[in-house]
Amino acid sequence: MRKFKRIASQAGFGFAVLMLISPAILVFLWMISLSLKNEVDNMAFPPVFVPDPPTLANFAEVFARNDFLTYTLNSIITSFGATALAIAVGVPAGYGIAKMRATRAAVLILIARITPGLSYLIPLFLLFQWLGLTGTLTPIVVTHLVITVPIVVWVMIGFFEGLPGELEEAALVDGATIWQAFRHVALPLSRPGITVATILSFIFSWNNFIFAVVLAGRETRTLPVAVYNVLTFEQVSWGPLAAAALLVTAPVLLLTLIAQKEIVTGLTAGGVKGG
Amino acid sequence: MSASAGTGVAGGVATPARPLRRNYARRYAGFIVPAAVVVVAVIVFPWVFTLYMSVHDWKIGGARSYVGLENYITLFSDERFGWAVLRTLWFTLLAVVAPMVLGVLAAVCFHRKFPLRGVARTIFILPMMATPVAVALVWTMMFHPQLGVLNWILTSLGLPPSAWVYDASTVIPTLVLVETWHWTPLVMLIVLGGLASLPTDPYEAAKIDGANGWQAFRHITLPLLMPFIVVSLIIRTIDALKAFDTIFVITQGGPGTASETINILLYLQAFAFYQMGYASAIVVVFFAIIILLALALLWTRSRARIA
Repeated sequence: MRKFKRIASQAGFGFAVLMLISPAILVFLWMISLSLKNEVDNMAFPPVFVPDPPTLANFAEVFARNDFLTYTLNSIITSFGATALAIAVGVPAGYGIAKMRATRAAVLILIARITPGLSYLIPLFLLFQWLGLTGTLTPIVVTHLVITVPIVVWVMIGFFEGLPGELEEAALVDGATIWQAFRHVALPLSRPGITVATILSFIFSWNNFIFAVVLAGRETRTLPVAVYNVLTFEQVSWGPLAAAALLVTAPVLLLTLIAQKEIVTGLTAGGVKGG
Repeated sequence: MSASAGTGVAGGVATPARPLRRNYARRYAGFIVPAAVVVVAVIVFPWVFTLYMSVHDWKIGGARSYVGLENYITLFSDERFGWAVLRTLWFTLLAVVAPMVLGVLAAVCFHRKFPLRGVARTIFILPMMATPVAVALVWTMMFHPQLGVLNWILTSLGLPPSAWVYDASTVIPTLVLVETWHWTPLVMLIVLGGLASLPTDPYEAAKIDGANGWQAFRHITLPLLMPFIVVSLIIRTIDALKAFDTIFVITQGGPGTASETINILLYLQAFAFYQMGYASAIVVVFFAIIILLALALLWTRSRARIA
């Protein structure tokens, strides 16, 4: 009897876990299924679940649209650019804030985190118009700094606060300047933190929609904006649309699978999220 | 919490040599300068400039003039804005409660050891990292009233089909469903981090005293987890208030204005109607609402700690 009870409770627990992960599985599998089926099967009701035979025609159609590669390039430039700039200014800043125990600077970063993305856009939109920069990628990279810089600074403050200071102090006693202590002692030790910050800021920049939807011209759309425009302005069938959606989100999903541990560490520590 | 405790200890130790210590700290200001320049340019400047614009009649391509508080007065008598505020609060309430309940439950599940736990956790986290726009497109197809897979699932289970985002009465709960799908993992991760940090002694004591699993959870786990739950509650509230991508892509505020939250209205005013002054006033009020709610939650947290 007791054994039966234990098995029943284990089965119940297994069922609970299955219920928890099934919405994620359903949506992602459905996305893949739509992207691999022909139009007849996509429009069938009751729905066809397993593509038979699977077709890559939808992906071919996405790539045949000459601008898809341009948008991919735009997304790559934007996300890498905004992440690299954020690392360049954010890592030293995280170090400085941690060393100075400048809580006020940290609070500023927090407020930046809670401000809605649209509120930055109105002034920046006008600013870029005056500067005549609309229609280039510069405004998009610059506005993405709004997301990436707070993430990097926040992760790095936490990281540098956790580092023991003895090694740097030893370097300072030996006559190193604080810059040298940072460059040759703290920076090499902080590589895991930089990895976490890079991954998170890249993902949230890649996923961002709101800045580019306002600032991008026809030539400078990032991938999320491009698939959104496909949805609204042209009647496109479900297959190519799902294929495009899958292509847009696949890089970040793969990155999540590869760097799961780093992402979990970063998110648990600060609850960072862009946008 | 831990940061302020750390400062306190360091301050206590360094009291005799305080001037020296301050001077020492100031040497690190140089490290902050580049980031400070960026933050001032792309974050602080927009805040200040928004305040400035909000007291002007400012249309793109048109003349601009100082109008004092007129934008705010119009705003508070604007029925459309009032409904948007109520809708946002309703959406936020639902989009906080559902992910919080599910996230805490999931954290408790994933804290237990079971076969394939790592795989299950990875799958569970994926929605949070997925590109919201891409996923929103798939949801849109799933919500299709005639051909959508969700209505097929409902009817196969013997339930009536739903109009999902195509009816004013179901659109908000449906958008909450998408939001819950996206952000429950973040709650789970924060609470899971909390669970991992819990001490084991109280459980052993409770076991000796004959407490069952639920009693142990209710009287030991939950109180100890409170700080983590409150942190995720604050983050979730702010994010739900700011929700934009999924609503904009799936409904654009429709049908009619049934899902027009503050953020959507703000977008329309600024980038569809080009009423920059009026939109800036919305930003200021919106920001005030967010800050007030965040402070209210922080206040309940400090009260809970005293109790």
